[in-house]
Amino acid sequence: MIAEAGHYALVLALGLALIQSVVPIVGARRGDVALMEMARSTALAQLLFVGASFTLLTALHVTSDFSVVNVFENSHSAKPLIYKITGVWGNHEGSMLLWVSILALFGALVAAFGNNLPASLRAHVLAVQAWVAGAFYLFILLTSNPFARIAQPPIEGRDLNPILQDIGLAVHPPMLYLGYVGFSISFSFAVAALIEGRIDAAWARWVRPWTLVAWIFLTLGIAMGSYWAYYELGWGGWWFWDPVENASLMPWLAGTALLHSALVMEKRDALKVWTILLSILTFSLSLLGTFLVRSGVLTSVHAFATDPARGVFILLILCVFIGGSLALFALRAPQLKQGGLFAPISREGALVLNNLFLTTACATVFVGTLYPLGLEVLTSDKISVGAPFFNLTFAPLFVPLLVAVPFGPQLAWKRGDLLAAAQRLTAAGVAALLAIALLLAWMRGGPVLAPLAIGLAAWVIAGALTDIAERTGLFRIPVSVSLRRARGLPRAAWGTMFAHAGLGVALIGIVCETTWNSEYIATMQPNQVARVAGYELKLEGLTQRQGPNYRETLAQFAVSLDGQPLSAMTPSKRSFATRGMSTTEAALLTRGASQLYVSLGDASTDGGIAVRIYHKPLVLLIWWGPVLMAFGGMLSLSDRRLRVGAPKPARAIRKLQAAE
Amino acid sequence: MTRKQRRLTMIGGSLAVLAVAAALVLNAMRDSIVFFSTPSMAAEKQIPAGKRFRLGGLVQPGSLVRGENLVVNFSVADGGTTLPVSYKGILPDLFREGQGVVAEGALDASGTFRADTVLAKHDETYMPKEVADALKKQGHWKDDYGAKPAQGAAK
Repeated sequence: MIAEAGHYALVLALGLALIQSVVPIVGARRGDVALMEMARSTALAQLLFVGASFTLLTALHVTSDFSVVNVFENSHSAKPLIYKITGVWGNHEGSMLLWVSILALFGALVAAFGNNLPASLRAHVLAVQAWVAGAFYLFILLTSNPFARIAQPPIEGRDLNPILQDIGLAVHPPMLYLGYVGFSISFSFAVAALIEGRIDAAWARWVRPWTLVAWIFLTLGIAMGSYWAYYELGWGGWWFWDPVENASLMPWLAGTALLHSALVMEKRDALKVWTILLSILTFSLSLLGTFLVRSGVLTSVHAFATDPARGVFILLILCVFIGGSLALFALRAPQLKQGGLFAPISREGALVLNNLFLTTACATVFVGTLYPLGLEVLTSDKISVGAPFFNLTFAPLFVPLLVAVPFGPQLAWKRGDLLAAAQRLTAAGVAALLAIALLLAWMRGGPVLAPLAIGLAAWVIAGALTDIAERTGLFRIPVSVSLRRARGLPRAAWGTMFAHAGLGVALIGIVCETTWNSEYIATMQPNQVARVAGYELKLEGLTQRQGPNYRETLAQFAVSLDGQPLSAMTPSKRSFATRGMSTTEAALLTRGASQLYVSLGDASTDGGIAVRIYHKPLVLLIWWGPVLMAFGGMLSLSDRRLRVGAPKPARAIRKLQAAE
Repeated sequence: MTRKQRRLTMIGGSLAVLAVAAALVLNAMRDSIVFFSTPSMAAEKQIPAGKRFRLGGLVQPGSLVRGENLVVNFSVADGGTTLPVSYKGILPDLFREGQGVVAEGALDASGTFRADTVLAKHDETYMPKEVADALKKQGHWKDDYGAKPAQGAAK
């Protein structure tokens, strides 16, 4: 009964989406306010029904109702409650339901908090949102019904893939989807603007916070996924240039570009056409990501179900939406009026440069991800494009971008002075050169590239700090005055500082981890001692333990540094009987931003066990960087500048605060 | 600067960056792309020693030998030919005899495949897509290999 109710709720949501696809547009054509307003009710009702559908599926998983195929294939009665809940989206059908739930959530947010939007723009935005939602409801109902029943219900389920039985599954997919799907709002706004043939700075002011929200979640989602892969897969890798990872990186790069170009549009009324195009491209890349992950066209660590019907259906959605929106763009974009002239050396110019490099880098990732697929279709040759390709293409494009980052905020709008900006950045330049010189002297004869890269990171961080120092007049006027000024600075300025500095912080982590990582891989006998980067790890013994739905072998390590005992580490290997699979649970010891990482291999016949021990210097900076970036994004989001100037200021401020 | 000159500067700059990116991509395509082969295909194409490729097939049952210091030797078969593989390190959790495997490395002078990476990216009933396709093409596909589609790993 629960399953049928969930299915029915989803069908009702489809019906609502179909109404919302057509009626508001008819209303806008006729100038009929009642018809336009209908979109708001249907958007809210959609959220209600999809939410109900999702809750019912969760209930089925929690109560282990194995008469439902989805629960049978992905759950087990002995599975801990948290994984019964997260298991809802740990499979194809459930994760698509999560996808549309989040889409409905965003649509409802626009409906609920879009009071200061012009009525016809709101009607169009919600209608476009309903087209996307309708397509995906159909996809779920026709090819991936999570509520399908089994005629002869089995007693026990097949359990969730053990790799997914981790707290990471509770956080990573929802975050990532909030990011992916969040970009649907800027897409809907772009398409609505094209349909109306009208766009202005108010449009950008509306789109920017939504883009920022999506970007924050996507940033955190990607970082979280990377950390999860790092500790779960057992060999300490944190980025594999796997097609599925690239699928999330591409919308991130395009979304970052969009954030910056929307800024130009909001402040200077320039780059309108480009911003519209980027909004379309960013969501198109999100759809492409969904296609790559969900259709099973890829061979990757994310070995998702392969079902041609699904692949073709998503490909169809992809073609209709990307092709349709781009055709509309080609048709309508020439009508949009360009405004805001600027010189090449200016804040706008710097942001154009940022966009140029981000989109080009995105394009190289796109080529590297899709080229193998294209080649296989055309010549049936199978190739793999891995890290070496991306190191040779993506990295060289990011270097000039990072060099340019500190200049951007130093240049004035409209016409900037590069020389004056360079003078203000002297201190940052000196800091970077000092960092390089110190590292070179310290390493003597070591790798040259690493100190240079760290110097670049120091340049980015010092550049970000310089911006704040310049704005507050630090060291030139009394400190107390500077402090007062710092408090008065717009939050967006602090946001920029944190986001840009986060980039540098992440780069330091990446360089240190890849250059100075030390490892020890061998078979160890009990009481044997391994020495890694000054640490001594003694294997004290192996024990067995029974978990709720697995058995595990634990290895006890005593860690000491310079003869001083530090801590114990207990990595383990779990074997899950239901699926006949095993997983490696690495043990991590955090020292500052560095980590000691121990994971287990197979036990040998003579009582020893294979172990991998890594010392990863400053590895945590890789994830602290994105967290800083997201924090910067949140600061920007709370800036009052994003809220003033709207038609009904007082009301808009209240509403927007609630929306954020 | 006139409006036209400004526009030309921007377009010129964009084209320059795109040209650099295209050059980087083409250069990387030449050097860092790895082809996939099964043992039969490798024998047929006579891949020279030292040329990196991805070898895919089934781990020959009974061929796995563990040596000192984490050295492992096994054979990869695709129904037609078998190829001996040597690897030093810890095998992935899902590595089993009789299961699909993909290894990356190169042949040495004696004709042994020296792998530096071994991937067993699948669960107990699934096998890598490349291996499945190659086996199907050669007519060694058994239907029970694909009895249950793999459940996904999000990460």
